[in-house]
Amino acid sequence: MTQLPLDGAQKLKFYQKGTLTVGNRLIDEAERTVQASAARSNALTSGHRACKGCGEALGARYAIDAAMKATGGQLIAVNATGCLEVFTTPYPETSWQMPWLHSLFGNAAAVATGVAAALRREGRDHVRVVAQGGDGGTTDIGFGCLSGMFERNDDVLYICYDNEGYMNTGVQRSSATPPAARTATTPALGPEPGNVFGTGKFVPKIAVAHDIPYVATASVADLHDLEAKVTKAMGFRGARYIQIHVPCPLGWGAASHDTIRLARLAIETGLFPIFEAEAGRITHVRKIRRALPVIDYLRPQRRFAHLLRGGQIDPRVARIQAIADRHIADYGLVEESAA
Amino acid sequence: MLEQIEGSKAMARAIALCRPQVVCAYPITPQTHIVEGVGDLVRAGELKDCEFINVESEFAALSVAIGASAAGARAYTATASQGLLFMAEAVYNAAGLGLPIVMTLGNRAIGAPINIWNDHSDAMALRESGWIQLFAETNQEAADLHILAFRLAEELSCPTMVCVDGFILTHAVERIDIPDQASVDAYLPPYEPVQSLDPADPISIGAMVGPEAFTEVRYLQHFKHQKALDLIERLSADFAARFGRVAGGLLRSYRAEDADLVVVAMGSINGTIKDVIDEMREDGLAIGLVTLTTFRPFPARALNAALERARDVLVIDRALDVGMGGPLASHVAIALRDLPRPPRLHSAIAGLGGRPTPKTSLHRLFRQATTQPWEGPHFLDLNEAVIAREIHRRSKARRAGPTAEAILKQMEIERVARLERSAS
Amino acid sequence: MFQVRIHGRGGQGVVTAAEMLSVAAFLEGKHAQAFPSFGSERTGAPVVAFCRIDEREIRLREPIQTPDAVIVQDPTLFRALDVTEGLKPDGYLIVNTARSFADIHIEARAARLPPGHAFAVPATEFALKYVNRPAPNTALLGAFAAEVGIVSLDSVLEAIRRAFPGKVGEANVEAARAAHALIGARAAAQLSGAHVDA
Repeated sequence: MTQLPLDGAQKLKFYQKGTLTVGNRLIDEAERTVQASAARSNALTSGHRACKGCGEALGARYAIDAAMKATGGQLIAVNATGCLEVFTTPYPETSWQMPWLHSLFGNAAAVATGVAAALRREGRDHVRVVAQGGDGGTTDIGFGCLSGMFERNDDVLYICYDNEGYMNTGVQRSSATPPAARTATTPALGPEPGNVFGTGKFVPKIAVAHDIPYVATASVADLHDLEAKVTKAMGFRGARYIQIHVPCPLGWGAASHDTIRLARLAIETGLFPIFEAEAGRITHVRKIRRALPVIDYLRPQRRFAHLLRGGQIDPRVARIQAIADRHIADYGLVEESAA
Repeated sequence: MLEQIEGSKAMARAIALCRPQVVCAYPITPQTHIVEGVGDLVRAGELKDCEFINVESEFAALSVAIGASAAGARAYTATASQGLLFMAEAVYNAAGLGLPIVMTLGNRAIGAPINIWNDHSDAMALRESGWIQLFAETNQEAADLHILAFRLAEELSCPTMVCVDGFILTHAVERIDIPDQASVDAYLPPYEPVQSLDPADPISIGAMVGPEAFTEVRYLQHFKHQKALDLIERLSADFAARFGRVAGGLLRSYRAEDADLVVVAMGSINGTIKDVIDEMREDGLAIGLVTLTTFRPFPARALNAALERARDVLVIDRALDVGMGGPLASHVAIALRDLPRPPRLHSAIAGLGGRPTPKTSLHRLFRQATTQPWEGPHFLDLNEAVIAREIHRRSKARRAGPTAEAILKQMEIERVARLERSAS
Repeated sequence: MFQVRIHGRGGQGVVTAAEMLSVAAFLEGKHAQAFPSFGSERTGAPVVAFCRIDEREIRLREPIQTPDAVIVQDPTLFRALDVTEGLKPDGYLIVNTARSFADIHIEARAARLPPGHAFAVPATEFALKYVNRPAPNTALLGAFAAEVGIVSLDSVLEAIRRAFPGKVGEANVEAARAAHALIGARAAAQLSGAHVDA
């Protein structure tokens, strides 16, 4: 089982240095990622119909393979309606090499509760349950069922693949869509083009407020961290939540080869804070070595192009920077430099 | 064993005897006592190996049942009215996935206007969902039908709802025979799923199905319902053989063999109708009754066999298909078309929103059907004065205000006037 | 079939009264159907409950329009609605009050019933004395058993014990006995011409 000590100093720091590989060959076999192993479960196997560069396909593969490893393959997945469900099960095929159930858009958390209850009744609760969905199915239509599952402390790990919009239905705004982003329902028109400031919700914080055993955010830009968190989560019983930031090249208007780079920039600007919490308290924060300006993150995405038209930088970029600065301050994201 | 017991409590005991493994429900009048009854039995240790989950909405309730059933557990829930609509998406989902969930529907009117009393509009609202729908006439049948429902649902892999008139049955205390565990176990074997989520044999359940295959999947649901017509009769016969009383089946006739006028109805109103029929028979009128206990699948053939000798058929609907008429009447009309000499069909809407259906009104209605037949649906005991006044009032001003409140106000004025008259 | 309609206010145990009566009938091998008029339950609001008793299966399901007996747990209801509406000309009227029918202005109504068919019972007083709570329902059922005779006192007492286990049950049993005895004494006094106080 891959386990990096996440408290205190990390043994190894990985810095992107031009190549696009993370140096698994440089570390001990015991500390290599699940993905590095040919024996990984490939629970989400190839042949699915995701877009080129899909962050969600990547995130799901990472997360579920880690969960399969952690549970010895004793895992059932409940999937909400959305991109992941649609591109993995084009009738009559399925990419899932594990028991998998899709019910509705808004009920993955509740359905997973039911699966877990059945397993307990059958004396099979060594089999664990993962519920998964996009931000639409989690933060909006699935929010009621999610909160209910949290409140009851049902034994379910809920994974939200956050690509900041309803991508499957044509890129509409969700409550996870960042301010100023262009979507089909927040077009780049009028006096305030793109998504409105002062709206939206960050479900990880709400999850923490439910005092559930484990909450974490993660990103496809940091495979070791993501796998470690999923593994750690499977070591708990009760309600757990992980939100994984997964860029969507199509919805964000980004190049398909930029998926991981954008995810990394979201972390390094402070816009997507990476942290862990247990029982209502934040226990760990992933530090940013050097905070980057948000414009580095916004520029490669056409959904923010209206902020950078004609070589001008829209004043709202400064407001986005303020959001990033606030995250950095609130979560303590930047490493303290030596005085 | 015979007990004098509230209908809800009897149902709870019957459900517990079926050994459900996951029970999840959200409270709504008038089903609350049923679920609380099951919950009490779990807490008291009488219903073992059952997990009782307090969910945050009806949508969650049926969703939890879906997950539990898909993972191989016998799952149960209950709702009514607004709650059924709130879980509507999941209702269709469960049927489409072929999960044998059993649900009690404590029949209650659907708002607006909000109304907590009994009629069949909730069952009617989801009649196309693919669920089997059984209607209980008495509390004994309500308890018994749950036992039959679990077996039916699991043999067919089709979710089944047991419809029980809210308040009239759920909250009535009467003499009910509660079966013993051994008898129920002999009738209802442990759940053996057709599909199950199991890491040892992984499958994907719930794929998207496109135009090339959707019709076939739907047709097979319909085919399942055709099989159910036969299976329901066999399971009902088996029940009668083991427990010594009739429960369920497709329909029952009461003094209909030589009747000129046959009334068709579902649910608890059939008890009152039987009393009326006996009284009218004493007056020499050739009247009978067909009680429909299965609404989905709709037993057209059996119904026609029961009705073919009648001259007139009067269908009593406890729901209104707004803009169309009585939904049950529509069903019967379609069935009767297959008869070479179909009886005349009369449609009455009665007991909406819990309005009582007294014998006196039914006497009048049954006589009127043959002496003064009407066109379209007839609304039993409609207060025509109030209607006329309200129509007139609304025609006077654009900003006429809400209809419901205006009618209530009008009726209150009349009630006080009546009280003053009787006191003086 | 014998039909009883019980009127009271929310919190006075009207629904329980109907249920206990149905249990008493059940214990004697009869069929009985008890149900409330359903509404949003709030204490103090008028409540009606019904009980039908018959030797055969009861199929009728409608609120009782023509009761054979009306029990009124709260006499203030006489001003609010016509609690005796539909009461059969030879029916029974049992009213919870320590005052006379004249004092509560129903003397004329009571007089329309045959002699011995209308009774005032100080049920609240019995309840306070024996149970220390102003819940008149059990005492009224004791009086009903004495006056109407469709169920025996023993059945009523057993029904009370099943509804209220332990000491509370026994206390209610005493209240019912006392009311039953009062009715019995009054009936005897009527025959002999004497007047009996509670």
